[in-house]
Amino acid sequence: MDAKKVAQYGLITALALVLSWAESLLPPLGAPGVKLGLPNLAIVFALYRLGWKDACAVSLVRVVLVALLFGNGAALAYSIAGAALSLSLMGLLKKTGKFSSIGVSVAGGVAHNAGQILVAMVLLETARLAWYLPVLWVSGTVAGVLIGIVAGVLVERVP
Amino acid sequence: MNWLKTHKNDMILIAALLILGGGLALLLLFTRQDGGLVRVQIDSETVMELPLDQDTRIALGEDGHVNTLVIWDGTAQVVEADCPDQVCVRQGAVRYAGESIVCLPHKLVITIEGGQTGGVDGATK
Repeated sequence: MDAKKVAQYGLITALALVLSWAESLLPPLGAPGVKLGLPNLAIVFALYRLGWKDACAVSLVRVVLVALLFGNGAALAYSIAGAALSLSLMGLLKKTGKFSSIGVSVAGGVAHNAGQILVAMVLLETARLAWYLPVLWVSGTVAGVLIGIVAGVLVERVP
Repeated sequence: MNWLKTHKNDMILIAALLILGGGLALLLLFTRQDGGLVRVQIDSETVMELPLDQDTRIALGEDGHVNTLVIWDGTAQVVEADCPDQVCVRQGAVRYAGESIVCLPHKLVITIEGGQTGGVDGATK
């Protein structure tokens, strides 16, 4: 791994961390779990710039660091599930070559929310949380569009 | 127009997701029922069941955690909590069967169960 790649990893991971922090400062958007997914900006960027495996690495480091810095153990399980499902789907969609960063990011946003709900349903042993699914589904789609547009511009313009 | 053409698949995906999400929401909206019972679970164990039609205020929690649950006017709401994220407080009131308030840090789940409101009281009076 050359120095340039190491630097890129560091920068993107740092950016993902800062975005996670920035997002925690935003006021709550309606229902619990509804969020913009700002860190996904860095992850989508990494996906296009570095590739899928590297995006996974950045995402994993981000999730663990966020849990250590701002969260707790319980939150880690939800985050990892969301991130894993999201990255799997984003990788698949990107591989088909039929979608732009918008479609990829939308799928990632929805998958992230769905993954978190599913783990919460298993951990808390309650199916009742399915109630939140449509809310987070739609909010994940909208957030994914916004993040996808910005990520697309970034991938194109950042040298 | 050119942009729309190059992003056709994206648009289809977004539309499909929105329709699916909206359909799911409508399905839940039209099948919802008024709740009758408030079930309180901590760490997956039911610790309490309260009727939704009796106004009350109660402090819930274990190991020094506190979530204050208020049942009022057929709705349940967490009005105060000492968890860091306050998600349960911000969520507001729930009233329909199947709705729930979750406090992840405290492993607390408050669920509204179906059933006839005041059925027991009506029968025993």
